Amino acid sequence: MHIPDNFLSTPVWAALDGVSIAAIGLTIRRAGRELPDTRIPLLGVMGAFVFAAQMINFPVGPGTSGHLVGGALLACALGPAPAVLVMTTILATQAFVFQDGGVLALGANVFNMAVLGVLAGYLPFRLIGATRRGLAIFSGGFLSVLASGSLALSELLISGVRMPRPLIITSLGFFAVNALIEGAITVSVIQALDKLNPGFVQKPAAARSRVLAALGAAGLALGVAGFLIASSAPDAIQNLGQTLGISEKSGFQTPMANYTAGNFESAWLRRATAGLTGLLLIWAVCAAGARMIARRRSA
Amino acid sequence: MHHVLIDHWSQGSSPLHARDPRAKILVLLIFLIVLATTPANAFVTLVIDIAVLTSGVLLAGLPPVGLFLRAAAILPFSLTFALITWLAGDLWRAVGLVEKSYLSTAAVLLLVGTTPLTRLLGALEALGVPRVLVLLAQFLYRYLFVISEQAQHLRLAAACRGGSAGPPRSRLQAAAGAIAVLFARSYYRAEGIHRAMLARGFGGRLSLLNPLRFGARDAAFTATIGLLLVLARVQ
Amino acid sequence: MKPVIEVRDLHFSYADGTLALDGVNFTLYPGETVALLGANGSGKTTFALQLNGILQGAGSIEVCGLPVIKENLPAIRSKIGMVFQDSDEQLFMPTVLEDVAFGPLNQGCNPDEAVARAGATLQQVGMEHALSKAPYHLSAGEKRKVALAGVLAMRPEILVLDEPTTFLDPPAQHNLLHLLQDLPQAKLIVTHDMMFARALGRRAAFFERGKLVADGPIDEIIGRFQWDYSAFDAALRYSAQRRL
Repeated sequence: MHIPDNFLSTPVWAALDGVSIAAIGLTIRRAGRELPDTRIPLLGVMGAFVFAAQMINFPVGPGTSGHLVGGALLACALGPAPAVLVMTTILATQAFVFQDGGVLALGANVFNMAVLGVLAGYLPFRLIGATRRGLAIFSGGFLSVLASGSLALSELLISGVRMPRPLIITSLGFFAVNALIEGAITVSVIQALDKLNPGFVQKPAAARSRVLAALGAAGLALGVAGFLIASSAPDAIQNLGQTLGISEKSGFQTPMANYTAGNFESAWLRRATAGLTGLLLIWAVCAAGARMIARRRSA
Repeated sequence: MHHVLIDHWSQGSSPLHARDPRAKILVLLIFLIVLATTPANAFVTLVIDIAVLTSGVLLAGLPPVGLFLRAAAILPFSLTFALITWLAGDLWRAVGLVEKSYLSTAAVLLLVGTTPLTRLLGALEALGVPRVLVLLAQFLYRYLFVISEQAQHLRLAAACRGGSAGPPRSRLQAAAGAIAVLFARSYYRAEGIHRAMLARGFGGRLSLLNPLRFGARDAAFTATIGLLLVLARVQ
Repeated sequence: MKPVIEVRDLHFSYADGTLALDGVNFTLYPGETVALLGANGSGKTTFALQLNGILQGAGSIEVCGLPVIKENLPAIRSKIGMVFQDSDEQLFMPTVLEDVAFGPLNQGCNPDEAVARAGATLQQVGMEHALSKAPYHLSAGEKRKVALAGVLAMRPEILVLDEPTTFLDPPAQHNLLHLLQDLPQAKLIVTHDMMFARALGRRAAFFERGKLVADGPIDEIIGRFQWDYSAFDAALRYSAQRRL
């Protein structure tokens, strides 16, 4: 699920870099009180733990094994904001030190896995974690991976990466299976943690930020929408990319030498803005809708 | 292991190692952006990019074969997608995918192979990355290998007790139990770290040691290579 | 001579109610070395952590004349240098130099002073070649020495070492022993290693279930509680003979 560089088209990776930077900045600002320097060693060590845990094999069936991603686990154990930051750090470390995932594409990977993945993983826990703990945690793990995977796939499609339909369906199936594994592992681990020390993963605080819930719902909606569209009408996403002009056309692009400096800038800017606006629009619509739902539910 | 090798590379001394890490990060970003926006058939640009990259590797005193071999880790992924893209009728895009993602990977390797992690983090903070993330990364990296080793020990111990036999459900529970133990140990380790910090007078704020100094040579380096890459792109 | 540590009627219970220290009285004089002995869980480490305020119990503790209260903690933590049992928890910075400089920086030294002090103490323990190494790449013995250097860089008057020979092979143990023998500070050494304890000091304090039940010459204490492996030898040989 780590997207390398040169797979996404420029407007897509640039826009996602911008969105991720804004999201991280917001998270740090909001979580300021929760993140004194004294808490940082714990978060760093937890990041190292997830990193290490990702390498443990889980037997899933004959000959297949799954791995933990950890977004939902972190969200339930540390809280959503610290989890976002820890996952971001993990992804950045993977990109630079292990060259797993691109540097320019880091924004996209952070958006998919560290922001929306974590929030989608936290949402069920926040909503029903107090009453239906096991189900909430399982759903969190499931939705976290499903959302991240579908988003990654959609971003690739929107960038114009050619994928024949069978491959798309297979990939989505693959994500769905991994999502089930994540749910199972997350719930097993948290049950084991509860036995070791009930203080490790507590019930979600009742009066938590509604905005987080709304964002989680938005992430969820985006992920699920991406999944559904990608599975039923992948061409729709590809066409959307082309319409918005953020899709990379075939190799024989018009040589840039033909553009004067002014034209070059405006053409690129136009496309980038279109891409950014498109994504932000989808995001805003989902967030607004989720906020309405959250408000109505707590009324 | 991969990171051990990179650690070793980054401790070397060469004109490239001596450059301010901020300069190197900026040059890397220019390289990556130029590469990302280069069409697959712009041969001159690509040749210049390869030349710049290779001369960087040689100047840094890093083993070129070793580095370019490690960058090849990206190939299985990119070749698969390239194959699919080619079969979909877009040969140039396929070629571009392979060559550009490979060069990007090699460029990142060159950066981390010539910059020790603490200096890299210091540079990132100086360039505007929030302090919280930089400190998080510092602690994460410090304990990554310690905890990975612990994870391996747990796996070994489980295997010694017949962990790979048995029905999937119990194996899942066993693996989950191992992860929970790893979590607990990490959590208590963090407590220990906290106590050790307090015992040495930690007053609430972590301070960084090495001030980075951006000199004339760094400016010249950034300007020259950056300009070269951009010119190669727009010609 | 004024004591450097004076503990009177110290009580401490953990959050879950377990009684860890039950009325402990203890005095340490300048330059003295005392071994803290006792079974695991008897309260030795808990006691040590009270001295620099990491754990707070009820009773009176004075370090170099300063009561261990919140306002005095920065000063007290400069006077007591603590080497923890787990070196990986103690060396939490990415490189050796940064770790050893951590203490001086917290004491208010500027970066150059801190680096100078770090270099000097690393040389003192024989680890000056490891300045830019990551702690992960050091052996257990080397980590222990770096931890000691990090503590010495703060120029403490008292050293507290929690099971310092853990994980060390005999050569590393000897190395550490010689290092400690050359240091003038008063020392408290929590240990299960009787040879090590005897080589460093003549006094021992014995903990049992949170109480300090004996305080005196180390040979006497070891003999009284049969805390030396060789004291069991005879018993083992005897029972082995009886089985044959």
